Amino acid sequence: MANAIISMQDVNKWYGKFHVLRNINLEVASGERIVICGPSGSGKSTLIRCINRLEEHQKGRIAVEGTEITNDIRHVEAIRRDVGMVFQHFNLFPHLTVLQNLTLGPIWVLKTPKAEAEARAMKYLERVRIAEQASKFPGQLSGGQQQRVAIARSLCMDPKVMLFDEPTSALDPEMVKEVLEVMVKLAEDTGMTMLVVTHEMGFARKVADRVIFMDEGEIIEQNTPDAFFDHPQNERTKLFLSQIIH
Amino acid sequence: MSVDPNAVNSSSGPGLLSRVPVLHWLRTQLFSSPLNTLLTLLTLWLLLATVPAIIDWVFLKSTITATSAQECRKVTGACWAVIVEKHRLILFGVYPYEEQWRPLLATLLLLGVIILSGIRRFWNLSLLVFWLIALTGAAVLMWGGVFGLTHVENSRWGGLPLTLMLSTFGIAFAFPLGIALALGRRSNMPAIKTICIVYIELIRGVPLISLLFMSAVMLPLFLPEGLTIDKLLRAQVAIILFAAAYMAETIRGGLQAIPKGQFEGADSLGLTYWQQTRLIVLPQALKIVIPPLVGLFIALFKDTSLVVIIGIFDLTQAAKAALVDQSWRGFSIEIYVFISAIYFVFCYSMSKYSQSLEKRLATEHQR
Repeated sequence: MANAIISMQDVNKWYGKFHVLRNINLEVASGERIVICGPSGSGKSTLIRCINRLEEHQKGRIAVEGTEITNDIRHVEAIRRDVGMVFQHFNLFPHLTVLQNLTLGPIWVLKTPKAEAEARAMKYLERVRIAEQASKFPGQLSGGQQQRVAIARSLCMDPKVMLFDEPTSALDPEMVKEVLEVMVKLAEDTGMTMLVVTHEMGFARKVADRVIFMDEGEIIEQNTPDAFFDHPQNERTKLFLSQIIH
Repeated sequence: MSVDPNAVNSSSGPGLLSRVPVLHWLRTQLFSSPLNTLLTLLTLWLLLATVPAIIDWVFLKSTITATSAQECRKVTGACWAVIVEKHRLILFGVYPYEEQWRPLLATLLLLGVIILSGIRRFWNLSLLVFWLIALTGAAVLMWGGVFGLTHVENSRWGGLPLTLMLSTFGIAFAFPLGIALALGRRSNMPAIKTICIVYIELIRGVPLISLLFMSAVMLPLFLPEGLTIDKLLRAQVAIILFAAAYMAETIRGGLQAIPKGQFEGADSLGLTYWQQTRLIVLPQALKIVIPPLVGLFIALFKDTSLVVIIGIFDLTQAAKAALVDQSWRGFSIEIYVFISAIYFVFCYSMSKYSQSLEKRLATEHQR
C-alpha cells in the first residue's frame, strides 16, 4: 500500500523462546480505523506496542510515516510524538492534576508555551466532557473519568495515530459506554487513524473500517466488520466469534 | 423504660462501667482482657517506680543557681548549674570566647535557611539564592579575616555550629549524589552501572569511622608533596561519600516501587529519559521513601559525632572537654543529658517535619 501511515513487514518477536508475533504483515492507511481482536495471549497488545517501541521486535520492519523503527532513540522519540497511546490501566500520573497531566507532554516535548498548552488541554477536556475535573487528581476520579482524561492527554499531543490497548477492559460495565462514546465521537469528528485492541464488538461494527483477528501471534483473518462478523472464513475465527456474545 | 442516652455500649448491660465515659474507656482500653490487665499493671508499676524519681532529680531537688561545684555536690538532685557554667564551651567548642557571637549568628543563619527550605511557598529559584547568601554569610562569620573580623582557623571551630555544618553540608551534597547513584545503578549502560554498584558496596562495607580515619591519616600520604587539603574539608567529604551510598539504596527502593505503567505512559508521550526521571519518576519515588530517607538524615546528624576520632571538635567532643575541668568533675550525667537534649531537639524536629511533609503530599492525591 503506497503512503501507508503504518507499515509492518514480516515482523517477528520472541519473549525468550516464546514466539509471540509470527510474520506479521500489516499496512494501515491514513485515517483508517482498525479493530484487532482475538483470544488472550494472541499477541494483539504486543503488536500495537511494537508500533511505538514499548516492545522491541527482533525481526522484520516497522515504519511509521515512513520512519523506520530502530534502536536509534531519536527516531523512536519522533515516532512517539506522533503516535498516541491509551492504556488498559490508564497510566495517568497520580502526583499531577488532570490539567498538569495533559499539559506535561505539550510543554516539555512539543515546547508549547504554558498558556497555549493549557488552552488546548481545556479544549480537549471539554471534548471528552470532563472539563470540570481539571484541577482534580487522578486518584479522585472514577475509572471511566480517568480513561477519558487519558484519551484527552494523548490527543493534546496532536498525534497522527492513536493506539488503544484494551481501553475499556478494566472498567465497570456502566463506565464502558462513556469511554466508547468518546472513542466513537473521536472517529466520527476527526480523521484520526485508530488502532483499537478490544473485545467490544459493538464498537467494531460501528466504527471500524477493518477488523483483524489474531491468534497465537498470527493474523488469521481480516475483513470489513460486516463481512467479518456475518461471514467469517477461517475455522478459528468462527470458534472465537461463537464464544463471545456480540 | 427509656434508654439511657449516655450508654456507650448497650450490650454490656446498664452497669456503671458502661455509663460513665472515663470508666468505660479504662475498661475497654486498659483492662479489656487478662493479658491487657497484666500489661497495664506492669506499666503502671514501671511508671511509679521511675517517673517520680526522675522528676525529683530533674526538677524538684536540682539546682540551677549554685555558683560552685561544692555547692552543687550538696544538692541531691541534678546540678544544672554546671550547664550554666559550661554551656558556651559545650555549644561553641574552643572558638575564641569574645568572638562566639559569630558562630551563634552562623548557626542561626543556617537554621533559618533550613527552616525556610521546609516551607512549600519558597520552593523555587529564590531558595537557591537564600542558600547561597546563608552559606557565604556563615562562612564569612566563621572564618573572619574580612570586614574587620579577626581570622579564626577552622581547627578552633567546634560544638553545635560544627555539628550543624557537617550535617547540613553532608545531607545537602549526599542527597543529589545518592539520587545519581541510584539512577546509575538502574541504568542499562554497563560501565555506569558497574561503577555505581562498586561504589555503593565498597562504601557500605566499611564503617564511617574508618572512612574518617582514612581521610585524615591515609589520604595525606597519597597526596603530592606540598599539597594539603584542609582536614575539616576531608572529613566533610568522607561524610558526604558515606551518606550518599546509603541514600542511593533507599532511593533505589523507591524507584523500584514505581509501576511500569508510569514509565510507559511517559514514553508514549515522547518524554526523554531525563524528563521522565525529573517530572514523573523521582517525585513519586522520593515521596514513597520519605520515612527511611529522613531516618538516614537523622542517623547522619548523630554520626557526625564520630569526627572526634580525627580530632575535630563536634558537639559531643565539646561536652567531653567540659568534663575535663577538675573543679566541675562528677557531673557527667547532667552534661550528657544536655547534649542529648540538643540532639533530640534536632532529630525530633526532622522527624516531625517529615511526618507533616508526608501528610501534605498525601492529601494531594487521595480522596
